[in-house]
Amino acid sequence: MSATRATPRLAATRPTPPKQRAPRYAAAPSRTTRSIILVITGVVFLIPILSMLEFSLRQGQTGAHGFDHYAAIFTAGSAGTYDVLFQGIANSIAICLVTVLIVLVLLLPTMILVEVKYPKLRGILEFVCIIPITIPSIVLVVGFIPVYSVVAGIFGSQPWTLGFAVGIIVLPYAYRPIASNLAAVEVVTLSEAARALGAGWLQVLWRVILPNLRPGILSACFITIAVVLGEYTIASFLSQNTFQTALVLVQHTDPYVAVIFAVFALIFAFILLLVIGRLGALGRSRSRA
Amino acid sequence: MVTSTVVAPVTPADQTRGAEVSTPRRRAVTWLGLVPFGVYVVLFLAVPAVLAIASGFFDGSGAFTLANFAAYTNPTILQNFFASIWISALTAALGAVFGAIICFALLGTRPDRMLRSAVDSASSVLAQFGGVMLAFAFIATIGAQGVLTKWLVSIGFTANVFNNFNGSGPLLYQIPGLVIPYLYFQIPLMVLTFMPAMEGLKSTWAEANATLGGTRFTYWTRIGMPILAPAFFGSLILLFANAFSSYATAAALISQGGIVPLAIRQQLTSETIVGVANVAGVLALGMVVVMIVLMTAYSALQRRASRWRR
Repeated sequence: MSATRATPRLAATRPTPPKQRAPRYAAAPSRTTRSIILVITGVVFLIPILSMLEFSLRQGQTGAHGFDHYAAIFTAGSAGTYDVLFQGIANSIAICLVTVLIVLVLLLPTMILVEVKYPKLRGILEFVCIIPITIPSIVLVVGFIPVYSVVAGIFGSQPWTLGFAVGIIVLPYAYRPIASNLAAVEVVTLSEAARALGAGWLQVLWRVILPNLRPGILSACFITIAVVLGEYTIASFLSQNTFQTALVLVQHTDPYVAVIFAVFALIFAFILLLVIGRLGALGRSRSRA
Repeated sequence: MVTSTVVAPVTPADQTRGAEVSTPRRRAVTWLGLVPFGVYVVLFLAVPAVLAIASGFFDGSGAFTLANFAAYTNPTILQNFFASIWISALTAALGAVFGAIICFALLGTRPDRMLRSAVDSASSVLAQFGGVMLAFAFIATIGAQGVLTKWLVSIGFTANVFNNFNGSGPLLYQIPGLVIPYLYFQIPLMVLTFMPAMEGLKSTWAEANATLGGTRFTYWTRIGMPILAPAFFGSLILLFANAFSSYATAAALISQGGIVPLAIRQQLTSETIVGVANVAGVLALGMVVVMIVLMTAYSALQRRASRWRR
């Protein structure tokens, strides 16, 4: 919430020429101080990640290192040893699809409708979307268990039905980027202009509003994917096999493979979010031009 | 692209809009657009939240009772709440201080550069994606066979703090050991939530301070810190709430109880203890009460903090 408010003003205060050296009275630290702090932080935060990599290369207790465990994923994988893990990944992807659909089909149209037609409801919508942050997942799980006995009665106990529950967890993360984008693009003025020029509502939505919201929608989808892939609490209590629960299962029998997949997932999520960051930066520089 | 070419119409806005919503039938139709999301939120947010809390007020046969609250006289449950609160408080305080120092270091870097993008994405990954995988990372680092543990053994510390804490095995699998992995997601969360406030410091304030003969030290003590204080404490509360509700990391490391989310797991999975089936609901209610207190304080601080951000 605070981030959304700060960003547009930042863009406005930035036009100081980048080449100019920051004067010493400014609040910013000197180059040396910054480098020292950031390097120490970087090293401390890299140690556990590098430890995971080292761990995944270990060959038993001998102290030797090699790519045996990586190779084993393919050889033993074809033998069906890690089926639970691959099944978990497949289930997580299905849940991702359902959750992204919920964001695109339920949340996004509601946000646009509220912005254009019922601005007075904006506060209520924001409040509803922030609530899931304040209710711990483990508390929601206590309530999800009876709800899902009904859901299982309708759809069967399918893994993808978890998407309904995860969609709630994702609401705050999906709401924020779309809301800040909506606030930045004057949707009301744009749609009135388009209407005045003779566009129908569908045309306004498809050719004016949605293209302007693309960066917000994209980052909402990416964050949704990251949150779904990292979700553990709900899946474990509703006894569904997802990526995270499968990791915990596999960890008991083969910790190396679990760690390998965890490293890959962390790197995958990092790159995913890096892409969002770059998209956002591109959007900013374009709107400034 | 559309933004730059479309110019706002000269006709008064309410005139065009008046034509849209004139007929009551139209208004009814647009209202319907809010229904799907509303139904979804009621079914999967309101109903579970109410059920979770209400379940504490009923016994196994469905009759209303307050007997479940006897759980709060159970010393183990109280201990769990106490452990949850001190772990959350400690990791929130440490995370807030270290996170603020990192934000300070990032001050003056441009948000659209690679460094900031990398820090932002790394922070989001670690703050939101962690859970089980962070537990793995720390098993590989300070677990019984972890890199740091083995390194300490190799340089002579055969019984070091990581493989034997408090005389009861590896630190990582005990409640105090949670502090280390928790910090690993608390600090990034602090960077994410505190950075906007830090960037809100106007350069004119530093210039005014310099014009009036102030030093960088007086700038931070007289201007920077007082202005950032509400945002800092707001983030601190958010960090506390985050640690308090965190479950996955602890669940992957510790198989028994010890903190409230783990106690709820024990209640939900154990079918041996008769008559306390709905204690999970009571514990959930306890967590919600703590969260409501925290969030009330948070929104009050946010209001104060936003005063400086106009």
